[in-house]
Amino acid sequence: MTDTTLSKADDGKKGIISIGTLQKAVAFVVLIALLAFFSVFAPNFAQWSNMVNIMQATAVNGVLGVAVTFVIISGGIDLSVGTMMTLTAVMSGIILTNLGMPLPFGIIGAMLFGGLMGSVSGASIAKLKIPPFIATLGMMQIARGLALVFSGAKPIYFNDTPSYYYISSESSISRIIPSLEVPNGVLIMFAVAIVSSIVLNRTILGRYVFSLGSNEEAARLSGVNVDFWKIVTYGVSGMICGVAGLLISSRLNSAQPALGLGYELDAIAAAVIGGTSLSGGRGTVLGTIIGAFIMSVLTNGLRVMGVQEEWKIVITGVIIIAAVYVDILLRKKM
Amino acid sequence: MNGESPAQMPVVELSGIDKSFPGVRALQNARLNLYPGEVVALMGENGAGKSTLMKILTGVYQPDAGEIRVDNAAVTIPSPHVAQDLGISIIHQELFLMGHLTAAQNIFIGREPRKGYGMFVDEAKMKADAAAIFRRMKVDIDPGAEVGELTVARQQLVEIAKALSYNARVLIMDEPTSALNETEVEHLFDIIDDLKRQGVGIVYITHKMNEVKRIADRIMVMRDGQYIDTLPARDTTIETVIQLMVGRELSGQHRAMEATAGADVLRVENLNRGRVIRDVSFSVRKGEILGFAGLMGAGRTEVARAIFGADPIDSGVIHVHGQRRQITSPKDAVRNGIAYLSEDRKQFGLVTGMSVRDNITMPSWKRFLTGRVFMRDGELRDVAQGYVQKLKVKTPSVDQETRLLSGGNQQKVVIAKWLLRDCDILIFDEPTRGIDVGAKAEIYRLLESLAEQGKAIIVISSELEEVLRLSQRILVMCEGRITGEIDGRTATQETIMTLATQRQSDAA
Repeated sequence: MTDTTLSKADDGKKGIISIGTLQKAVAFVVLIALLAFFSVFAPNFAQWSNMVNIMQATAVNGVLGVAVTFVIISGGIDLSVGTMMTLTAVMSGIILTNLGMPLPFGIIGAMLFGGLMGSVSGASIAKLKIPPFIATLGMMQIARGLALVFSGAKPIYFNDTPSYYYISSESSISRIIPSLEVPNGVLIMFAVAIVSSIVLNRTILGRYVFSLGSNEEAARLSGVNVDFWKIVTYGVSGMICGVAGLLISSRLNSAQPALGLGYELDAIAAAVIGGTSLSGGRGTVLGTIIGAFIMSVLTNGLRVMGVQEEWKIVITGVIIIAAVYVDILLRKKM
Repeated sequence: MNGESPAQMPVVELSGIDKSFPGVRALQNARLNLYPGEVVALMGENGAGKSTLMKILTGVYQPDAGEIRVDNAAVTIPSPHVAQDLGISIIHQELFLMGHLTAAQNIFIGREPRKGYGMFVDEAKMKADAAAIFRRMKVDIDPGAEVGELTVARQQLVEIAKALSYNARVLIMDEPTSALNETEVEHLFDIIDDLKRQGVGIVYITHKMNEVKRIADRIMVMRDGQYIDTLPARDTTIETVIQLMVGRELSGQHRAMEATAGADVLRVENLNRGRVIRDVSFSVRKGEILGFAGLMGAGRTEVARAIFGADPIDSGVIHVHGQRRQITSPKDAVRNGIAYLSEDRKQFGLVTGMSVRDNITMPSWKRFLTGRVFMRDGELRDVAQGYVQKLKVKTPSVDQETRLLSGGNQQKVVIAKWLLRDCDILIFDEPTRGIDVGAKAEIYRLLESLAEQGKAIIVISSELEEVLRLSQRILVMCEGRITGEIDGRTATQETIMTLATQRQSDAA
């Protein structure tokens, strides 16, 4: 009876298209459908300036989504990415404005500090055996608190570093190709995505991230230094949060220490919509980016249509559940 | 069948049961019948299909073919729940209780008596009902006691009470005495006697012949997924049963491979870990296959895991190639050329969601890096491909996910993984568990050729035939100690079993 499905699994010939690919395809189709829908029903939606708005709005969530994708594939979860982003923004503000150092120090400082804090999360998970949910819930509060303490609970403006603004908002590429007015923030998001994709698929770190998430004990018994790679994974996640911190503070031209709560949920949602499995071992950066775009297209489209802003939150919730259900359906089919 | 069966009709009758899993034919025309008020001992080697047959009877698996009759009416049992409704309950070898709940709560989980318009659990009634069952079993357990606080023996009694609370008429016990001491076993047998008198039919899975003699009415033997024979328990000798289980005469089974006098590759001295490993010392030579025999829970796997650094030890010294080594993690072990191939390949041996290529190369990834970071995937493919050919792994490609391979091929992937990592001490824990007969022979030949190539091999196996077939020397363990060493050429199943049950009466 059930044997038909079992023996089918045995021949192993099928599966030319992997579940991951299929899922990305589904997410991509949903994104296109949304774009088409809003283009027809929302006046002014399909204008280039609005597309730039959407991309700009996706950048931060997309980068945070990538950060959390690393952790989720490794079988963990990171609730601290939102406040970590804020803390790294504050750090760059302190370096550039309070200490008056040149721009590169601010950029490198934010990323290194993010990496350090992420490694602390990773160490408490790997060494102290604290469950990832709890460890990063703690880190979420620590980062939020530190951001407020370091900044004196006041925004830090980047008045001494006028070029800071260009990180996110200017479009360097339009100087080369004038018609392509894509803001730098969006380019940075794509750069982060491409580099992360390479790291996940081509480097030993990526290979370990996947094996941790698929079967940590098997990896351990293979002689893999599981603790070390876990710490590295959370460190990388923290470092990418640093990039998000630079993007958001550049766009606001200030580090806002009270910001950040709630961003982690959007980031996790983007990853999940993009087909990353919360049980680990499966996921792609491209999927997460598509997921982040779905969320911001939805927000923007509904706003342009004049739908009450809060409905977007409801619909996002529905989409998350639907995305996971599609995942379950696809898995059953295979 | 025999004079002992009452004239009534059987309460359960299985016939013509077939069941296959990918790559393994687990059951073939298997059958079983059970009359009310009798105990049938179901015997067979590990992998003979006993558990699979019981899982079909309890609705965990669906048979591919065959008939199940309960009270002479054909039934299908699509789920464990339906099995319970039919009065069929199982007590698993490993207990499935919720440690933080009370005994009564465990017994009535999912069927709690209600009060207050069904909104509240009637704890008082639940306790009273549980107490009534305990009285029926003549045991003295507080229904309000937290199960996690009870001894294993008493937890087992709670499981039995739970099974009885479903008004079970058929009770399956899977090696129920493996964690009990002698007094507890005696008590369990008294309860079984009582249940028989109350008309409950019991299927009793065990490897212990003395228990069979004590409580069983009939012995049913299975081998390679097939029904072999049914014998009256009273006048059957252990030799007869073992012969049926193994399928051929016992002696002269093992090969006459002469022990090569290689140097000691691994020497373990005075290894201790709590009560599970007690003062274990032994050595393995180059080119040798050393067998570890013993009953379930004798401590063989624990010794392997301790040597491999997967579990901490209290004391003990490990020498590798004559040099003392500190091994505190699997990483240390692998660095010293020690590999552990777990019996549970899917849980510990393989990352089943990853490809054959990645699994074979995982411990060696660091050797295939460009700029210490980037994986040389092409080279990984080639290397994996080489091992796939050398070990004859049947897979459409090295990109195939390992979960789609059969048990024997999965085992080969694990072996390839350690060979690539240059491990020369290979510890196999149940190397052929879940592997069908044809592939078994292939794995045996593979192990022998590895030994001939100079690897030191330790084989832990519960299948006596396997240990005898492979080993030059056999160490037998019981209750965490090594109770004897036997030359593989002169060893018999009897000598092993004698040592394997040589308990130390003083538990100090």
